[in-house]
Amino acid sequence: MIHTQQSPSNGTNGSDAPGDRQHASRVLTVALAGNPNAGKTSLFNALTGMRQKVANYPGVTVERKEGVWPLGPDGTHARLVDLPGLYSLDAASIDERIARDVLTGRVAEVPRPDVVVAVVDATNLERNLYLTTQLLEMGRPLVVALTMVDLAERARVEIDAAKLSAAIGAAVVPVTSTRGRGLEELAAAVVAAAAKETGAGAGWRLSPQAEAELAAFINANVGNGLAGATSSSAAITTGTAAPAATSRAANLSAPTAAPPSPPRPRGDERHEALLTLYGEELPADESLRARVEAARARLAGANPHWWQEPIVARYEWIAGAARDAVRDRGRGARTRSATERIDRFVTHKLFGPAILLGVMLVVLQTIFTWAQLPMDLIDGGFGALGELARERMPAGLLTDLIVDGVIAGVGGVLVFLPQILLLFLFIALLEDSGYMARAAFLMDRLMRGVGLHGKAFMPLLSSFACAIPGIMATRTIEQPKDRLATILIAPFMSCSARLPVYTLMIAAFFTERKVFGVLSVGVLLILAMYLLGVAVAVAVAWVLKHTILKAPPPPLVLELPPYRMPNASNVLHTIFSRAWMFVRRAGTVILAISILLWALVTFPRTEIVSPADEAAVEQQAAGGRNGGAGEESEREETVQPAAGASNVAEAVEDEGARSEEGEQIRQSFAGRLGRLIEPAIRPLGFDWQMGIGLIASFAARETLVSTLSIVYNAGDGAGEESASLVEAVRNARRPDGSRAWTPLVAVSMMVLFVLACQCMSTVAVVRRETNSWRWPLFMVGYMLALAYVASLITFQGGRLLGFS
Amino acid sequence: MATTSPDMTARPPSLKGHGVAADAAQSTPSDAPARRGVTSLSALPHGTPARVVSVEGEGAVALRLMEMGVVPGAPVRVIKAAPLGDPIEVRVHGYHLALRRSEAETILVTGEP
Repeated sequence: MIHTQQSPSNGTNGSDAPGDRQHASRVLTVALAGNPNAGKTSLFNALTGMRQKVANYPGVTVERKEGVWPLGPDGTHARLVDLPGLYSLDAASIDERIARDVLTGRVAEVPRPDVVVAVVDATNLERNLYLTTQLLEMGRPLVVALTMVDLAERARVEIDAAKLSAAIGAAVVPVTSTRGRGLEELAAAVVAAAAKETGAGAGWRLSPQAEAELAAFINANVGNGLAGATSSSAAITTGTAAPAATSRAANLSAPTAAPPSPPRPRGDERHEALLTLYGEELPADESLRARVEAARARLAGANPHWWQEPIVARYEWIAGAARDAVRDRGRGARTRSATERIDRFVTHKLFGPAILLGVMLVVLQTIFTWAQLPMDLIDGGFGALGELARERMPAGLLTDLIVDGVIAGVGGVLVFLPQILLLFLFIALLEDSGYMARAAFLMDRLMRGVGLHGKAFMPLLSSFACAIPGIMATRTIEQPKDRLATILIAPFMSCSARLPVYTLMIAAFFTERKVFGVLSVGVLLILAMYLLGVAVAVAVAWVLKHTILKAPPPPLVLELPPYRMPNASNVLHTIFSRAWMFVRRAGTVILAISILLWALVTFPRTEIVSPADEAAVEQQAAGGRNGGAGEESEREETVQPAAGASNVAEAVEDEGARSEEGEQIRQSFAGRLGRLIEPAIRPLGFDWQMGIGLIASFAARETLVSTLSIVYNAGDGAGEESASLVEAVRNARRPDGSRAWTPLVAVSMMVLFVLACQCMSTVAVVRRETNSWRWPLFMVGYMLALAYVASLITFQGGRLLGFS
Repeated sequence: MATTSPDMTARPPSLKGHGVAADAAQSTPSDAPARRGVTSLSALPHGTPARVVSVEGEGAVALRLMEMGVVPGAPVRVIKAAPLGDPIEVRVHGYHLALRRSEAETILVTGEP
């Protein structure tokens, strides 16, 4: 009765129950699980090739990687789900909870895996087998893919796959992902394992007393239709898939082959009972909880370390299995000692920090210099595309929209792609080589000083390219408060979207100046902006961790993996999938905002037709007569004399056009908004035209540049170094004739851009990561307040000190 | 292999170290690292091979440490400390693990005989 009632909820959850009944015809779902650094990514890429896609699990931003794995020459395929890198399944981190939910079929979009492939690093067998043991306990068919066999052999460690297989009760297939060795055997083993329907379980046992307590829970679960197990598993799962717990119970109690056999204890029933008895959270059901507490008290009475029993038992079982299967003739020394030799310098008391600083400098310097050429090419390409479009298309509103809205907007964002690719390349190299963990090791003490985790270092470093991947990378931090604190300060790291703003300001006001004859003021200013961001982030982190996110300093338990040569195809996969995320963002959010901005500046139209406007139109060969074309041709008129660099001559010749163009923008929606906020931003040194740019920049920082170029009519594409925009900024006037921009205004603007959270995408990512609007709104609010105050101090303080 | 019998590879339950750990924790002052005595991992001189006797901590960190292989009986050796003295790097089960001194203090070890 109970079973039939539970079955419908099972179906709605998208679980695998229907699939189980038609076993032969369906596509297998295979989950790939393994420790971090075990070679899981390489194996996933080798098995799926380019047939993979990346998404997120619902409700959380744990990356969900899936691919199609061709199992054999007959064309059968498996759906291969790549789980996050895990050390265990005890659900301490989001990654572990998600992995557990996938394995138990609680994630709506992924059927319960038919087979689990456990990736095991042969050079680190025992610790890797811990997760495998837990996976075996879940009772699903399991195949071990043994990686790094060549590295183990180089260290003179031989692993007998057949003996290991016999000891753990699952097939063991040695694979070399990079050379494609063992992949066919792995596929065959998976197909064979899938036919078995259930796994062998794990063979370890607890002390007689603990086994007796456990048996009581197993029997109770089997006896009463698993009511107890259901509530306990619901307690440890994420909120995303709460109803799935019932589906799981239905699966268990309705065996796939459906023979009318009596319930028998299987691997996963023991697993359920273990969770009930040893799980971190107590079951919700009151009578069950009372029984669990009583059982725990009895166990604790006999052994104060009672909770460690399953872990110790697993490791002893593993040691037994390894004893038979492993022949260590080199005593595991060789590859490790290479790593230790490198670490003698890399984590040395003095050399270590120096090397870390050097690595950071090289990364940042390379991003600035190497990216320049491709950036210029992209900038020029989009400029030329805009020109071409303007020549070929009839002058009019549509052409303006395409050239000034679409092409300029998308070009203005894609121009960052080289920088972003380079940064992702470095991060991937540092991660894959094993250096990132050393950086966390070196930085942990400092990070802890402000209440953050050593693991926060990497997300924060990533945020120098873009806060979005940085914020997404915080998911490796287990404690929610530490993670939240890291997320909230990540946007202070000067991301690449701020660079065009810095570059424009410096190109306009600080190019020629040098300090001590060598250091350019511009470079020093940019460095100062980076340091300002870091300093404020540290201060804010300290405050957060002592107020609203008060918590003891986070623990650090961090593997320092052996150094390995990064795998080129893994690195490429990583940077291209991340770059694609960025391009998609450029293609959607930024494009929409560019078009919106163009419309805000263009509408409503001014009806006045001044003589300057008519003169401008005559220059336009196409001669399509409407206000939009007029406005565009004025641009050229404005720019040409300005580029001649004579401010005095420019002022006279250009006066008519300038007032007309100003009239259009003043009348536009954007102009009205700019003037609306002008009283608030005047103390910072900004006028209403900059206000337009500021409003636009809250969508994305880099739009300041394109918006200013629209506001000042300064040219297509409007690269931050385009001479026309630089000149326009230098020559922009207030109504009283004084210059709108001064070096002090430029610095004030840069300070504002360091500290304000002007990025819709970041807000959206934080919303998704924290699952509420509270934190993203808090973040935007406090960052804006800080930015305003800092910019105010900069401008007013600078004036008091006599700067202008 | 396809059998679901849980007893296939069962071995006798062994809880070595547990009882010893409780006694050791009470009887050994942490500031007296004797050659054959019990000391904390934090006080273990760098490079000295040792074995884990017990993990005295509670909660998520202790659980994670044990899952990472810091279990009674495991061979362990302190490699070095980070530049500011904390965290420390240890070698356990043949791989390298970083942990803070505060956690290392809860791990009792004994020198290799």
